[in-house]
Amino acid sequence: MADKILMKGNEAIAEAAIKAGCMHYFGYPITPQTEVAAYMAKRMPKIGGCFLQAESEIAAINMVYGVASTGKRVMTSSSSPGISLKSEGLSYLAGSDLPALIVNVQRGGPGLGGIQPSQADYFQATKGGGHGDFKMIVLAPSSVQEMADLTVKGFDLADKYRMPTMLLADGTMGQMMEPVSLDYEVKETVDKPWATTGTKMEREHNIVTSLFLKPDELEDLVVERYERYKVVEENEVMYEEYMMDDADICIAAFGIAARVAKNAINEARKQGIKVGLIRPITLWPFPVAPFKKAANQVKEIISVELSMGQMIEDVRLACECKVPVTLCSRTGGMIPSPEQVLEAITRANGGAK
Amino acid sequence: MAVVFDKPHALTDVPMHYCPGCTHGIVHRLVAEVIDELGIEGKTIGIAPVGCSVFAYNYFNCDMIEAAHGRAPAVATGVKRSDPENHIVFTYQGDGDLASIGMAETVHAAARNENITIIFINNAIYGMTGGQMAPTSLPGQVTQTSPYGRDTKHCGFPIRVCEMLSELEGPEYLERVTVSNVKNIIKAKKAIKKAFQNQIDGKGFSLVEVVSTCPTNWGMTPQNALKWLEENMLPYYPLGVYKDRSAKEETK
Amino acid sequence: MTTQILLSGFGGQGILFTGKFLAYKGLLADKNVSWLPSYGPEMRGGTASCSVIISDEEVGSPIISQPDVLIAMNLPSFEKFEPTVKAGGIIIADSSLIEAKSTRTDIDVYYIPATALASEMGKQSLANMIILGKLLKVMNDFNEDEIKIVLGKVIPPKKADMLDINLKAMQLGSEN
Repeated sequence: MADKILMKGNEAIAEAAIKAGCMHYFGYPITPQTEVAAYMAKRMPKIGGCFLQAESEIAAINMVYGVASTGKRVMTSSSSPGISLKSEGLSYLAGSDLPALIVNVQRGGPGLGGIQPSQADYFQATKGGGHGDFKMIVLAPSSVQEMADLTVKGFDLADKYRMPTMLLADGTMGQMMEPVSLDYEVKETVDKPWATTGTKMEREHNIVTSLFLKPDELEDLVVERYERYKVVEENEVMYEEYMMDDADICIAAFGIAARVAKNAINEARKQGIKVGLIRPITLWPFPVAPFKKAANQVKEIISVELSMGQMIEDVRLACECKVPVTLCSRTGGMIPSPEQVLEAITRANGGAK
Repeated sequence: MAVVFDKPHALTDVPMHYCPGCTHGIVHRLVAEVIDELGIEGKTIGIAPVGCSVFAYNYFNCDMIEAAHGRAPAVATGVKRSDPENHIVFTYQGDGDLASIGMAETVHAAARNENITIIFINNAIYGMTGGQMAPTSLPGQVTQTSPYGRDTKHCGFPIRVCEMLSELEGPEYLERVTVSNVKNIIKAKKAIKKAFQNQIDGKGFSLVEVVSTCPTNWGMTPQNALKWLEENMLPYYPLGVYKDRSAKEETK
Repeated sequence: MTTQILLSGFGGQGILFTGKFLAYKGLLADKNVSWLPSYGPEMRGGTASCSVIISDEEVGSPIISQPDVLIAMNLPSFEKFEPTVKAGGIIIADSSLIEAKSTRTDIDVYYIPATALASEMGKQSLANMIILGKLLKVMNDFNEDEIKIVLGKVIPPKKADMLDINLKAMQLGSEN
């Protein structure tokens, strides 16, 4: 334990990114993720890196696009309204096959919304996040340690598959402190012959672009990209199962919601209710298999979310309507309480005893 | 037989898509000649805009990046900052890209004195989409979206980019040139070369505005377009140096 | 064993710092800990609160709805959270700023004029440390050697000269 320090989730992201070899950060202030920028502003000049406060989220994501084009690890972070502004850039990153890490510390929406924690950007993150046919890898941390670990993982995956990767956290994850260990041995192993770093008069010029005016050419490219997405789906799914072995009720929850759910599950277990949890860590690719399996085992799946029910659609798709999937949620910046989740579990178990 | 005229190395062999009489070809050539003369092709990374010059990435032999509409200065900022010592970065942008949708990126890159070179083509119209009103379209100018002539009471006045940016503390060098005749072309090349040399010397943000034509969307012959440019564009957009910090400091 | 501690008062009273001390103390004792601040539009004098959980098990939700321990450093916090404290729980209240008294009989409430005591020490901003000292004493957990180590962790190096005065304030709290 001696090597662990207490860190805010937002700061853990920043330090982990630096450890992962990210020397360029561009951002714009927005609550509740500003600590990422503040940390970078302090650290980057000391290690020869670059922190630049952009004039807008749009400029920030395009600065990211610029550094990503040169093959270097780069990131930006924001919160929900800022991510909407960045969505143009996300589409261009995907369309140009550029790796980058984008952090969304979600807050309540829509519009300016509020600044309290939310998971209501699930659709935006997992179903594209911009115009056109594309996917981002979406990672959902549930602890400060995972904020750091998944940041490092996010850079690796982005490089490996040449695609933007999003860390989808929320206000609680960003603001809370927990013990964290940041001992990483990171080595970048991916070759980037496509990078625009100057031809040195030794090769043909590289072009980074998302423009393809011939529809058959664009189709080929998108189809090829989807082949790559298939490989991601086959190899990169991450999830945690908690007390699922004998469960006959299953909770589906990610991030902060999963932690609330665990409290409720522990309480329910004390009452003899067999309930477990499947916690997706990758929201895309979505862990379809464990839910498919759970559908043959449990009598109900309860999706616990900080939204009006977004992940629930993927849960339903995964279990192919074999069991009822119900929602237990709060929204607008409110967080379900363990008592609320316990109530849902008790109801699913056949009513209060 | 001695070769007396050749294509600059920094241009590719790809046939350009520009309309006959369009001045983009001239400016491309000038940029390429400068890259050749400065011997920087191997370390240059160009950023193409959205607009008629969107395919600039096919025409320049250096590494090229296609930016989202208006975002070229932000992309250039990223590319430059990724390796300030070894990257020479230029953007090539039209008036809609630079002065309308990308105005924030332009102003802030200038304010930061970002060490990049911007070639700004001002032909007072959106060419690629078929001739709509631009932020630089002249009062009274007829376009597809100002069919009765630009009414300044309704949609305001054209923006003089060099004048506006010259009020900022940040930028190093701002000059407006044109390519309407041989004499002006020579001056334009000199300005473009200076804008690249400034970057090599680490002096900062250098923008050359090239007052240009769009014969097709102006509905004129190339010859008449050049005449219209001189008679109508130049009075509103006077040629000259709007800022040259180093030169000013030297004369002090 | 899990202890949920809710700290609440005005911004500037050192609420978050006090929480950080408790979290680090737990961390150094090999416990699982979480520290969650309330956050809102940044303003001086607004309400600040902070939830600290110290547990032998994995910490689930970092949000506290029924604290085992409440540290209340102003009246609004006392009025808002006093009813939520678990039966058998503890409240430490700064009686310099809170005139109200709890009517509950199922919890232990300690009133300490922390702000007044801190003013006597010449530094009103130490009220939080006086309360902290009191809490550790009440919980039978006041160990000076350990406190010094924890203070060393939570006080930034450039303010290391503040360590002694913080310790003194905690001692004062433990004696009152």
